Amino acid sequence: MSELLLRVRDLKTYFVTEQGGGTARAVDGVSFDLHAGETLGLVGESGCGKTVTSLSLLRLVPEPPGHILPGSFVELEGRNLLVLAPKELRAIRGNEMAMIFQEPMTSLNPVFTVGDQIAEAAIVHQRLGRRAARARAIEMLALVGIPDPETRVDSYPHQLSGGMRQRVMIAMALVCHPKVLIADEPTTALDVTIQAQILELLARLQTELGMAVILITHDLGIVAGTVDRVLVMYAGEVVETAATPELFARPLHPYTEGLLASVPRLDTPWPRRRLHSIPGQVPAATAWPSGCRFHPRCPYAWDRCVAEDPPLLDAGTGDPGSHGVRCWLLAEPARRTRQRPP
Amino acid sequence: MNARAAFALLGAVLLALFVVGEVRRRAGPSAAGRRFFRHPPAAWGMFILTFFVAVALAAPWVAPYGPSITLEIVALKNQPPSLLHPLGTDLYSRDVWSRLVYGSRVSLSIGALAMLVAVTVGAVVGAVAGYVRRWVDTALMRLVDVGLAVPRIFLLLMAIALWEHLPLALLVLLIGLTGWFGTSRLVRAEVLTLRERDFVAAARAAGAGGPRIIFRHVLPNVAAPIIVSAALGIGNVMLLEAGLSFLGLGVPPPMPSWGNMIADGAAQLATAPWTTVFPGVAIALVVMALNAVGDALRDAFDPRRATA
Repeated sequence: MSELLLRVRDLKTYFVTEQGGGTARAVDGVSFDLHAGETLGLVGESGCGKTVTSLSLLRLVPEPPGHILPGSFVELEGRNLLVLAPKELRAIRGNEMAMIFQEPMTSLNPVFTVGDQIAEAAIVHQRLGRRAARARAIEMLALVGIPDPETRVDSYPHQLSGGMRQRVMIAMALVCHPKVLIADEPTTALDVTIQAQILELLARLQTELGMAVILITHDLGIVAGTVDRVLVMYAGEVVETAATPELFARPLHPYTEGLLASVPRLDTPWPRRRLHSIPGQVPAATAWPSGCRFHPRCPYAWDRCVAEDPPLLDAGTGDPGSHGVRCWLLAEPARRTRQRPP
Repeated sequence: MNARAAFALLGAVLLALFVVGEVRRRAGPSAAGRRFFRHPPAAWGMFILTFFVAVALAAPWVAPYGPSITLEIVALKNQPPSLLHPLGTDLYSRDVWSRLVYGSRVSLSIGALAMLVAVTVGAVVGAVAGYVRRWVDTALMRLVDVGLAVPRIFLLLMAIALWEHLPLALLVLLIGLTGWFGTSRLVRAEVLTLRERDFVAAARAAGAGGPRIIFRHVLPNVAAPIIVSAALGIGNVMLLEAGLSFLGLGVPPPMPSWGNMIADGAAQLATAPWTTVFPGVAIALVVMALNAVGDALRDAFDPRRATA
């Protein structure tokens, strides 16, 4: 296996709410490894803690109200980012670890040309001069496939379409050739054809630049197409992790099962049934359920699930740690009595 | 009034017309330009402002006499407007038109410079308070509360009373330093919403530090409200300067400012009204022009307002 870049252990990010709602445990003990050149997918419903996880990696969680608990580790090539001084941290942000934001419409500053914004990280980190920065911005625009980069570099964000803006965002993130790229739902705001183009672009750049990518999405289609390894998150925890083919072939956590069953398929035989959906919704982060956090929505739940919180159990694929599932069903497989949802 | 002065005056009028026409030609077709010129007073205000600025810059040519030259202390005292002295002469036989022209230099530059000071301080304080939050915000905003609670004119009177001969630069500074409270509140409010915007998070993710984010990413986005409040504020400052000069605490005589011209002429209001009326009209015109332009700018910058 290639070089280990990022090691996250027991990441906990809590938010203290003001209105007496208590503490929201948005991310509650997430651990994973990221290797060079790998694409890691972070999936789950809205409110599962995907975005907070990614923000925590760069310590971009607004403090207060948020705080990352001591005991959490985010290690980039051996340095724990969570204890770095602000100045050292800034030297990493945008340079070694960069981020693409969800909303291309609002993540660009309306009063600067896209060229200025792309060049910013290079100016901050590499102290490029004006001309060199401009040349670099043009180069980046060409890299992300924007036609006529010499004139586009002077465009303002409002003069570009959504897909173009997303490309600009990608160019901004890549300008310093980061080792780790965090892409937080980079395609949700775009229509399907543009989505495909952006994902292809990301995959191409990843092989060209050899970086590791953390792709946050709730679109399992995207996961199947681009991701090497999946982390399924629910209620601030990782509930299942496996290599992509393994996960799609053998989803073991009822939540993963439900997610996969909720994807509309073109090849379902006639007569089609109603599309499956997981009943209920993600509980509030201030009051996760007792025991297994998924038990109120789980079709198999029994009393043990209410009482005891399951650890991440090994699915026994022969390669320990390659497929982990946070579910008591692994300890008592006979309980999987109800038929799997279609 | 001699031919040279008349020509220079005509030149100023033509220049002002040209500037307004040119701005209209260039900015008119854009959406913001249309919103700006939808206000009929906006073009007028712009004309008046450019006219007075041109006159102030070209004062030595537009004014037939020096500002403090006493022409003929007995014969030419308090003369009503005539061809030779279009706005009459004052108690000391000085040409009112010449004094008005030179006074525009003083009044306009005090207005503009003091506002510049106020806007700079206000923008920086507001941006820092709004971006940093926590105790910095609290401390700065309580300071602003105090500043707003104390009547500005008394604050100024108190400060000015400390100097016997107040240098003009200090007067400008004082007016500016007592006028930034409103701007800082405005800027803080804008910054509070801007700091939560995605592009600020994106800048942080790119490794930008606090000062860089405040001054490069956030403040330029507040430019529009700052410009509007400055345009509206200059008029206020000019009135304040006029008031202080009227009280004898502002611009020291014999240097003319519109305020101390009114003060000089106040005693002869009944016998020689031209010595007070014309500077008064000048102040009123410029302040109204600034308000008209400021209002139109506000609409030009804010599309929502104009459609309503």
